[in-house]
Amino acid sequence: MDKVMRMSSEKGVVIFTKSSCCLCYAVQILFRNLRVQPTIHEIDTDPDCREIEKALLRIGCSTAFPAVFIGGKLVGSTSEVMSLHLSGSLVPLIKPYQSLLY
Amino acid sequence: MNSTSTHFVPPRRVGIYEPLHQFGMWGETFKNNIGNGEDMNTPSHIIIPNNQKLDDNNLSEDTSQGTGGTPHMFDQEASTSRHPDKIQRRLAQNREAARKSRLRKKAYVQQLETSRLKLIHLEQELDRARQQGFYVGNGIDTNSLSFSEPMNPGIATFEMEYGHWIQEQNKQICKLRTVLQGQVSDVELRLLVENGMKHYFDLFRMKSAAAKADVFFVMSGMWRTSAERFFLWIGGFRPSDLLKVLLPHFDVMTDQQILDVCNLRQSCQQAEDALSQGMEKLQHTLADCVAGGRLGEGSYIPQVNSAMERLEALVSFVNQADHLRHETLQQMHRILTTRQAARGLLALGEYFQRLRALSSSWATRHRELT
Repeated sequence: MDKVMRMSSEKGVVIFTKSSCCLCYAVQILFRNLRVQPTIHEIDTDPDCREIEKALLRIGCSTAFPAVFIGGKLVGSTSEVMSLHLSGSLVPLIKPYQSLLY
Repeated sequence: MNSTSTHFVPPRRVGIYEPLHQFGMWGETFKNNIGNGEDMNTPSHIIIPNNQKLDDNNLSEDTSQGTGGTPHMFDQEASTSRHPDKIQRRLAQNREAARKSRLRKKAYVQQLETSRLKLIHLEQELDRARQQGFYVGNGIDTNSLSFSEPMNPGIATFEMEYGHWIQEQNKQICKLRTVLQGQVSDVELRLLVENGMKHYFDLFRMKSAAAKADVFFVMSGMWRTSAERFFLWIGGFRPSDLLKVLLPHFDVMTDQQILDVCNLRQSCQQAEDALSQGMEKLQHTLADCVAGGRLGEGSYIPQVNSAMERLEALVSFVNQADHLRHETLQQMHRILTTRQAARGLLALGEYFQRLRALSSSWATRHRELT
């Protein structure tokens, strides 16, 4: 879906979330602790919420929320992000977007 | 299930095991079972002693189905010649339904047994405490079973499976210990390590099913011993704690391994922290939800559905926590050699065994004091 494509290919780490979803919040915290400022798209306030959810599932996200994109590429949902991080593969992916300040 | 109480107390007042005087019911039970393969076992009852439903159907079912299929032939002979495939399929379905029914019944009966034992212990405790003028609160180390709630078959099954899991775990630990003390081929060791890993993964799968049945039960850790519960983090052990415990017990590690394990520990802590903060947010939003509207007017939560949704989210958290545990074990397996992994599994297993033993000692000590 165009909107999803456009929003996900923004630079850096992009996360599609729902405001009521606490797992989404957990994933945001993880990235912040890794010194990355992700771009958050809270979809439940968007009128196209349903279509976006379906599009995210269609392109291979295990759960629609949270949906994490890094550098325009789909990484996945919470499980995929956690697996990547524990295997040490997440940090190299986010290196270009890590802030040096905090 | 708690493996601390091992002595059998003969049934007194609860009339579950009445003698098999229901022989005349066998024919009826066969026909009922074959006709629609329906589940005779509905363990979602309140525990009532002398429950007739248990005596009539389930006892007969148990003894009759022992041979696995033979009784089914009674009704089927007439139509076998015409539709053999259909009959075979129906027989298979019946066998499957009967098997599942037996499993559920076994879990239910085991739960009842445990409950009775606990009830007797509790009564003794109360008597003793009252004699000495103590107020008996929640200090007793027993799995709390709410007798006012209907039995949850998913949880009953889980508790039974967990009991078996512990037994199997003890066997595996024993085997590892023996094998590592002597000479063992890498091939055999690798097999043992694979089995050990798979055993943990089995537990996570069981927990996932149990979480769907009753997430609060899994989160409470009531299926574990008291000392294990002390360290509980979202329904299980904390992966980073595990690494901290295991790290000093490995033999010589290469520099790369040490680096990898340190990185793993840090990633683990970061992931745990993220999940913990997510849980906190869940608590805050739920509290806000419950306190919504006006308090003090005797009204209920204005948006109950919202509150219920929050509770549903707990299941995801438990699953994610188990996923972390799974991945931690997986990564350790990747980093370590086969022999190191075997020692690691042995150390891990013994650590939990010690915790369980500590819980037993504590419970006994507590009773001796009164």
